[in-house]
Amino acid sequence: MIISDITKPSDFKPTREGVGIALAELGEKNKDLWVLCADVTESTRMHHFAEKFPKRFVEVGVAEQNLAGTAAGIAATGKTAVISAYAVFSPGRNWDQIRVSICYNNVDVKIHASHSGLNVGPDGASHQALEDIALVRSLPNMVVLSPCDYLQAKKATYAAIAHKGPVYIRTAREKSAVFTTEETPFEIGKANVYRDGDDVAIMAHGLMVYESLLAAEKLKAEGISAAVIDIASIKPLDRDTIIKYAKKTGFVFTVEEHQVYGGMGSAVAELLSQNYPTKMYIHGVYDTFGESGSMKELFRKYELDADGIAKKIKSVLK
Amino acid sequence: MALFKKITSIKKLKLIANTIRQDVVKMLLEAGSGHTAASLSLADIFAALYFNILYHDPENPNWEGRDRFIVSNGHIAPVIYATLANAGYFPKEELSTLRKLGSRLQGHPHRGTLPGIENSSGPLGQGLSQAVGMAIVAKTEKKKWRVYCLISDGELQEGQTWEAIMLANKHRLGNLTVIVDRNNIQIDGYTEEVMPLEPLAEKFRAFGWNVIDIDGHNIKKIIDACEESKAVFERPTVIIAHTVPGKPISFMEFLSEWHGKSPGKEQAENALAELERERKLIMEED
Repeated sequence: MIISDITKPSDFKPTREGVGIALAELGEKNKDLWVLCADVTESTRMHHFAEKFPKRFVEVGVAEQNLAGTAAGIAATGKTAVISAYAVFSPGRNWDQIRVSICYNNVDVKIHASHSGLNVGPDGASHQALEDIALVRSLPNMVVLSPCDYLQAKKATYAAIAHKGPVYIRTAREKSAVFTTEETPFEIGKANVYRDGDDVAIMAHGLMVYESLLAAEKLKAEGISAAVIDIASIKPLDRDTIIKYAKKTGFVFTVEEHQVYGGMGSAVAELLSQNYPTKMYIHGVYDTFGESGSMKELFRKYELDADGIAKKIKSVLK
Repeated sequence: MALFKKITSIKKLKLIANTIRQDVVKMLLEAGSGHTAASLSLADIFAALYFNILYHDPENPNWEGRDRFIVSNGHIAPVIYATLANAGYFPKEELSTLRKLGSRLQGHPHRGTLPGIENSSGPLGQGLSQAVGMAIVAKTEKKKWRVYCLISDGELQEGQTWEAIMLANKHRLGNLTVIVDRNNIQIDGYTEEVMPLEPLAEKFRAFGWNVIDIDGHNIKKIIDACEESKAVFERPTVIIAHTVPGKPISFMEFLSEWHGKSPGKEQAENALAELERERKLIMEED
């Protein structure tokens, strides 16, 4: 068992906290680690690092373009720089700077984008990033990670810092179930199979992984055997595992807190259509903006909670 | 380590600038496209920087102790390449490959492809932020190297440039010297008609910067201004260098049409003849 009993999560914590805690730990040994923020230090959990290492923390104010550019300059001197802001602002506001100053320079900058997806809740559509994966996935040199819980967010941060070059780490605002364990593996380019199944392979990332595990349990009661695969590494994809489960189940269902265009579902479709054409359904947000509401209400309305995912799978499997 | 030997003779530096200009004309003729006006007018600043002001080592381009020179306005690539080749970073023969398939001399500079290039550039307004990042590291770690950054006047219309100007002031970056190529033209015409920048010096002063205003073709003044910037510890310095786009080619000066095009064969021959005449005049100086 590589995860804990999903009915008994060990804790409830936001994934953004995992990144903040990991960076504060990493900063102890790694004296070349710098963190930059654009007026959202506490809410992206970078205060953990800033309080311990004030000399290696740069506050640029409300200026995401300069955030990316300054980090590129810091990294060009041989440092590792992490920029931390909300996904709607970074990469939303500063995509050109991420493209040229970070990716074309190929400098060691990590982009922590918190407050992604509908879980942002009451702040509403303007603050709910549902397009960010499409933006960063298209950039050469970029690695794209979307951890599923607090513990995996920590591991993803360790892996991102160990990797030389640009990495995008997408996290959520809201607290969510901690269901992986210290032993659950994490590797860039590897997917984790949390549940085996024969009828459908559910591929998810971020908070949708836990909802998918709950959905698979509901489907079991109705005689549908669903595998659940955590696609935490959206770029590079774990080609072997995805093709293996396409072969095994014959139906791949992707689900994410993202537009159905350009996200992880699109990435999986690109892979399968050219290597092992498989029937697929890409679930997510269907070309609309989000809205205000609690995470729970929004997941229910957009059919991104366990019930919604199970219902969708039943309807498309027929 | 062969640290670059500073040339102090202004006459020699003027001759180097003339050589750079001739190389720029030849490169642009061969390439068939590229930005002529600013590549020519910046030759004096580049000669002063690479042959007098900067501490650098062409034989060891990644020497840790080098001054960092960030070029924000990457479209002036021809003058960067011509200068780097003349300084010994790569063979001069390679200049004829500008903008061609497989060349290290990309249409806009790419970090990692060609020795001596500190940053990729092209989209305007991104260079100063990177220079500020480098200067923050140098100041925090008490490095001896300085950061120099060249920006065009047109890119002062980009909001990001002012974000970086504010951050440099916040960190009191006395180790940062910015040179603005104040040539008053941009693609759509004169800056003061497209989007007025004046009073530029007052704007920088209001943002906490030390401001020096010079003739950007006077090599002695360029060197003196950079020296002065080193003596100002508590503030970043901007050198507003007034230049004549296309200088010194008689049929190119001040004409915005020469911003983004390259010369034809006859135009190039005429330009080179003018530069040869200029070279003779420099030789006759004391």
